[in-house]
Amino acid sequence: MMDEYRGVWVFIEQNDGKIEGVSLELLGAGRKLADKLEVPLSGVLLGYEIKSLSREVIAYGADQVYVIDHEVMKDYRTESYMKAVINLAEKYKPEIFLYGATSNGKDLASAVATDLSTGLTADTTMLDVEVEKRLLEASRPAFGGNIMATILCKKHRPQMATVRPKVMKAMDPDPDRHGEVIEEPITLKEDEMRTKVIKIVKDVTKKVNLAEAHVVVAGGKGMGDLQNFQLIHELADTIGATVGGTRDVVEAGWLPHEQQVGQTGETITPKIYFAIGISGAIQHVVGMKNSEFIIAINKDPQAPIFDVATYGIVGDALEIVPKLIKEFKEARERGGEMSYV
Amino acid sequence: MHIVVCVKQVPDTKIIKINPKTNTLDRRSAPAILNPYDAHAVQEAVKIKKALGNGTISVLSMGPPQAVAVIKKSIEIGADRGFLISDRAFAGADTLATSYALSKALERISKDMPVDLVICGKHAIDGDTGQVGPGIARRLDIPPVTNVIEVAEVNESEKTILIKRKITDGYELIQAQIPCLLTVEKEINSIEYSPMPNMIKAARYEPVIWSVNDLEEVDRTQLGLKGSPTIVGKMFTPPKPEGGKRLEGNADEQIQQLIELLNDKKELFAGK
Repeated sequence: MMDEYRGVWVFIEQNDGKIEGVSLELLGAGRKLADKLEVPLSGVLLGYEIKSLSREVIAYGADQVYVIDHEVMKDYRTESYMKAVINLAEKYKPEIFLYGATSNGKDLASAVATDLSTGLTADTTMLDVEVEKRLLEASRPAFGGNIMATILCKKHRPQMATVRPKVMKAMDPDPDRHGEVIEEPITLKEDEMRTKVIKIVKDVTKKVNLAEAHVVVAGGKGMGDLQNFQLIHELADTIGATVGGTRDVVEAGWLPHEQQVGQTGETITPKIYFAIGISGAIQHVVGMKNSEFIIAINKDPQAPIFDVATYGIVGDALEIVPKLIKEFKEARERGGEMSYV
Repeated sequence: MHIVVCVKQVPDTKIIKINPKTNTLDRRSAPAILNPYDAHAVQEAVKIKKALGNGTISVLSMGPPQAVAVIKKSIEIGADRGFLISDRAFAGADTLATSYALSKALERISKDMPVDLVICGKHAIDGDTGQVGPGIARRLDIPPVTNVIEVAEVNESEKTILIKRKITDGYELIQAQIPCLLTVEKEINSIEYSPMPNMIKAARYEPVIWSVNDLEEVDRTQLGLKGSPTIVGKMFTPPKPEGGKRLEGNADEQIQQLIELLNDKKELFAGK
């Protein structure tokens, strides 16, 4: 029974005709799994007037693209997308099916897994495959501690996982790659749908865009209290950085949720990341470990953040950060030679 | 309007400790609490009931007998009644088996009083999966709307609900038919101070406790460990990344070194 299932699939999430970065990253990760298993890698592309995107899906590593291009699929809705994806999966029987761990990806994967009665691992940060048994090894941080759990789905197919954005690497696109585009019909009708997207409002005023930030200054509960946490803002202002924080800090109300870095917040890849008063729980680390240059400041020499940091300073943030701010300000006043902003 | 809120008792992950020798969770180290997102789910149900001027709020949980505590907590926030499904048959359930068990309990609840709205928290803080809510919706064949940040309007006569759903760079305004299932974000509301009568009611409240035998037409192979397609293969500490260089000297010396290092990395700051 399980032998009928072959191939690796990636759900290609697109918004306004633009493919989400995580889908391209998953094509890169899926390519490796497919090569190991010696099976094709396929993209599943749904939407309206999006067929031309299949070129991009192939360029990023897919051998095939299943396309459903129909007006009813214009906006993401669990009902319509779920039905289309379930039909495809039942027809072609993939053995592995990956989705980005975005709002829509998680929503879709949960509904699809329920109908297919199969296992789904959430927020995966590492993927591998045991070739002999054709078992997907989907690993994720667990239990709020410094530990990873590898989740297996031995007896059900497809093996499904949602994967965090920015933890896998996309391939360099090759516009000359060849692939097959398979257009699939759809029988869904608009009046069967029980939800309607009335409008989509893009928040253009959103001031904090961690995902795009070049330099991030992040603080943890080691800052002590809200008043001390202002030092984080001050340092960030001084060097033109964006402020981030840990889950504890967000739960304490020192920062809004959209500034949380980590497993349940943003995964980011800035050029420079300051981790100040942050111990380095795995949930936080998965969110920032791909930063290019990581500077950790912490009182506790045993803090796991020091294992990740490019450079670590053991010391009291309340003493060190004000001095740093002073140094940076002076450097900026001197102008030219050390202008960070 | 009958609203059912699904709630979970979770260890407070802020406090929980891992045994470094065995790499296992020391559950005794953390107090059990009502999953914070679920508290917002209950609060939202209270808000909707208040706005409509009528309705019943039921809370449903699955867990060991001590999980009655989170039902009592929900009563304190303003729920009217609570149900706990508790049985060894449910133990070890992954998200697929959990959504199955909860959907069977929801079917039982809706026999006496049809359910219009199911509300869940966005995810539980001990598992962080967010998969149970959409799973329940699928099993009940009602539309799910996840990541809800506002319930703008409930129209009882038209049987529709207007919702703001958070997306990556803004929100969607969605109209859904009732019955439907919502999963809520924290920003949907703030937890209000519980009035004294609620607290007294909560202290005295005894929820209905059902075993697997109290549910109808249950396929036992879909419950608990048996009904869970996923298993934990292994646990490991993540490989330590490269790096970990410490700066030396006193605070001032370390700061000077850092400034010099950053000076060499100016292109990182500038490389926009």
